Amino acid sequence: MSLLRITSPHAHGPLSTTRVMQTVLLATLPGVAALVWFFGPGVLVNIAVTSFFAIAFEAAVLKLRGRPVLRTLDDHSAVVTATLLAIALPPYAPWWLLAVGAAASILLAKQLYGGLGYNPFNPAMVGYVVLLISFPVQMSTWAAPRGLAAEVPGLVDALQACFIPASFDGATMATPLDILRQNSDQSLAALYAGTPQLGAWGGVGWQWVSLGFLAGGLWMLYRGIFTWHAPVAMLAALAALAALFYDGGGPGSGGSPLFHLLSGATMFGAFFIVTDPVSSAVSTRGRLIYGALIGVLIYLIRTRGNYPDAVAFAVLIMNFAAPFIDYYTQPRSYGHARGDRP
Amino acid sequence: MLAEYSVLLIGAILVNNFVLVQFLGLCPFMGVSNKLETAMGMSLATTFVLTLAAASSYLVYNAILEPLGLGYLRTISFILVIAVVVQFTEMAVRKSSPLLHRVLGVYLPLITTNCAVLGVALLNINKEHDFLQSLLYGFGAAAGFSLVLVLFAAMRERLAVADVPQAFAGPAIGMITAGLMSLAFMGFAGLV
Repeated sequence: MSLLRITSPHAHGPLSTTRVMQTVLLATLPGVAALVWFFGPGVLVNIAVTSFFAIAFEAAVLKLRGRPVLRTLDDHSAVVTATLLAIALPPYAPWWLLAVGAAASILLAKQLYGGLGYNPFNPAMVGYVVLLISFPVQMSTWAAPRGLAAEVPGLVDALQACFIPASFDGATMATPLDILRQNSDQSLAALYAGTPQLGAWGGVGWQWVSLGFLAGGLWMLYRGIFTWHAPVAMLAALAALAALFYDGGGPGSGGSPLFHLLSGATMFGAFFIVTDPVSSAVSTRGRLIYGALIGVLIYLIRTRGNYPDAVAFAVLIMNFAAPFIDYYTQPRSYGHARGDRP
Repeated sequence: MLAEYSVLLIGAILVNNFVLVQFLGLCPFMGVSNKLETAMGMSLATTFVLTLAAASSYLVYNAILEPLGLGYLRTISFILVIAVVVQFTEMAVRKSSPLLHRVLGVYLPLITTNCAVLGVALLNINKEHDFLQSLLYGFGAAAGFSLVLVLFAAMRERLAVADVPQAFAGPAIGMITAGLMSLAFMGFAGLV
């Protein structure tokens, strides 16, 4: 008879890594559904193809390193990374773009650092930035949303666009962030009246996609997948800066707070990227600082920088600063006086 | 006036960061970033020397070399100026504050070979900065160097315990991390 001695804690949390990853995948559903409705099924093809490549790369590295392949793949983290990357990429992207993105995410940002739990940068955002800098043309052709395009492509078109890119000719349109970025002489009211893409708040299609990701994010918050600190700090900082520099909606305005919250990747970033438990700061205070600085950087790069959307850059820059933030925001250990670093 | 100086400063710290965008001063960046404390000492010493060297090389160029028509000697004179500034700083710190000398002491001689210091002195001439601009540009370059060095050191302390594949352990993964950081800093392009 063997008597096993197990140290505390004896109560097991119901959330395993696999369950967390499955919850994240489920939470993307409302946003993905909105993307499919407005931009056609391109995002579904993106997710399928990117996941295939991500799993293949992950399996290859695990095999090379002599690690258990199936047991590691079972944590679903490669699929989550691939899904988040695929959502961020433009729909109807060619297959090689997705393959390069998956390689940058899984090989460069994740497996070189030792796999899940060690990556200092968010893998999906590394993949996105590598693609954005290497292939700016493919990365800035966004499909036109339903209601403005003559017709939204079907599933056959989407498959064609992915595997035989030369034969696909879909309607593309500047994103609302591009439009605002290029505006210099019109007041916001005139710009909204003159460009139908801007819709009511964050752009036709975009606002519902953002609300979809917000709904998914709130559900994850309710399930206890992450704490509220980082996303709320990021959204609050972004909205506060947008309100501060709203400038009465004149030509120099950076856009209303509502526009910034509901356009581009703000909501997706706040709930699916900023909350990454590995690459973000860990302490409560650290997460508040981390999230708020991401919000500040997003606004700065969106309105001043060369790139129209800035979530990926802001997240990577703050990933870089996260260990430093953690170092100075270590919580007080019980029994030690304040300011008394143990 | 104020806006112009702040643009110069932000440009030197973030947009044209000397380490991650212009790839100057990489040796101390990789060499002294294994521990956060040493990185802090190095960045303090570099900030002091860089600012002082930028100002004195400006003076040497505009008060000595330019009037005598010896502009072509600037590289070798700046190397001399930097070596003198470093040596002077070392002596002054050792006499005035032994504690500071113990913190900075090892790093001070290393700064002589930091190519960012020479880079700032030469760039100041190329960009035709005046005295105050040269001083600010030197300080901005040093602040940008210190910022990324300290952040990188904090990150490398975390990397030291990561399960990195053996072929990539140590400096290799440090290089890859620096590359990814450089990628992230491209987001600042166009800011000023």
